[in-house]
Amino acid sequence: MKNKYSIFSLIKNAFSQHENWKQAWGDPEPKREYEAIIIGGGGHGLATAYYLAKKHDMRNIAVLEKGWIGGGNTGRNTTIIRSNYLWDASAGLYDHALKIWESLSQELNYNIMFSQRGVMNLAHNLQDVRDLKRRTHANRLNGIDAVWLNTDQVKEFCPIINTSPDIRYPVLGGTLQRRAGTARHDAVAWGYARGANEMGVDIIQNCEVKGIKRNGDQVEGVETSKGFIKTNKIGVVAAGHSSVIANMAGLKLPLESKPLQALVSEPVKPIIDTVVMSNAVHAYVSQSDKGELVIGAGTDAYVSYTQRGSHDVVEGTLKAILELYPIFSRMKMLRQWGGIVDICPDASPIISKTNIKGLYFNCGWGTGGFKATPGSGDLFAHTIANDEPHKLNAAFNLNRFVSGDLVDEHGAAAVAH
Amino acid sequence: MFLINCPYCGERDQSEFSCGGEAHIVRPKQPTELSDDQWAEYLFMRKNIKGVQFERWNHAHGCRKWFNMVRDTSNDKIHAVYKMGEKPPLE
Repeated sequence: MKNKYSIFSLIKNAFSQHENWKQAWGDPEPKREYEAIIIGGGGHGLATAYYLAKKHDMRNIAVLEKGWIGGGNTGRNTTIIRSNYLWDASAGLYDHALKIWESLSQELNYNIMFSQRGVMNLAHNLQDVRDLKRRTHANRLNGIDAVWLNTDQVKEFCPIINTSPDIRYPVLGGTLQRRAGTARHDAVAWGYARGANEMGVDIIQNCEVKGIKRNGDQVEGVETSKGFIKTNKIGVVAAGHSSVIANMAGLKLPLESKPLQALVSEPVKPIIDTVVMSNAVHAYVSQSDKGELVIGAGTDAYVSYTQRGSHDVVEGTLKAILELYPIFSRMKMLRQWGGIVDICPDASPIISKTNIKGLYFNCGWGTGGFKATPGSGDLFAHTIANDEPHKLNAAFNLNRFVSGDLVDEHGAAAVAH
Repeated sequence: MFLINCPYCGERDQSEFSCGGEAHIVRPKQPTELSDDQWAEYLFMRKNIKGVQFERWNHAHGCRKWFNMVRDTSNDKIHAVYKMGEKPPLE
């Protein structure tokens, strides 16, 4: 690595007041032609480019981003990482990602602040108890760590939770995945960008894709705000705007784009050292290293690209948070934001070829794409390079909506959609 | 979040309504004749437009009646509201 970060580089740069750090990635103008183009410079897109260069030796490639890298949903999520999904296909996909997360800081030589602080999912009614117990069994059969906790054990693991039987949705128990946790979302985008750029990938920001040029059923290039760029492989990783790109290519996807909201509080001293999610009342909370409570709310129930989200959704989430954590009743909220998420009918992603040659889609991650970033990039790179899916993403093809072989993770994904 | 002018009740808060998704998707007349591709198109594929979209809404916490709406999904501005069975206004 040309510009390796270490304790020595830190000391060396301290002597020059940290004014001589080199730029972590370049800002080139697009070339006329690339071997492959990735549309979307979020975590998934940058990871895709990184693995294309690293594992498949495709280095004459570019990532096109209409804003700045990591400025979309990558920088607008609650950074939760877990792999406790019900179905075998999902377990394989998300645990593949979790395994990469575990050594990603070392691999990228970039501190992504991955913290395996555990993720606990609460059960509030008898059906939750049955579903969550079933899921822990399924997880363990797939080699994913999962334990069932009764109410006392939940209280012991996270003492600030109100486990009184008198509350509207009492805590009847929960599941815990100890390997799960959080990572610093911006660092993930920056780390992958730096790694990809070092291997020769062009990262082109402020470059919006305006059209996709096709010759029959083969792609020929993209029209962008910086002119036409020729390529015969396009990987689309545009999250909420996937349908917009698909429409340019004359394709329809089984997606609906909706605003998903999150919010953070003012920073306080450490009070919650894990991630607690609650499906039934739709509230999840963790605490960032800065001390802010990071709270995830739900999606609006209609298509919108406004990046705002409705007030009643936040209100519903905060009501649930207050009942579960009365200690937070006087906290002030600092920021609220909405990101546009592309939701599939079965709440599972699409990492797939299409019936247009050279056009690939990685989309439909809905409300929970961040956790899969490294795995998604790795598998999508494999799919693009070989024109064939990897066995771990074979089930997540577009054709499943025709065959009916859906991967239904609605309730089982541990978050209500 | 926005206000919706229900054709039966007048202007109400959006939280009183539920969205039924894209409008004017015609239910297949001969379901037994449909191929898998046609079923997928009918059941799952959506335009998901960023811009002016035609959609169905239900006044769930009001008159409980369905109606259609033309809304710009890029800014949530509502262009028209019309009753079920009425012709969609041409933009």
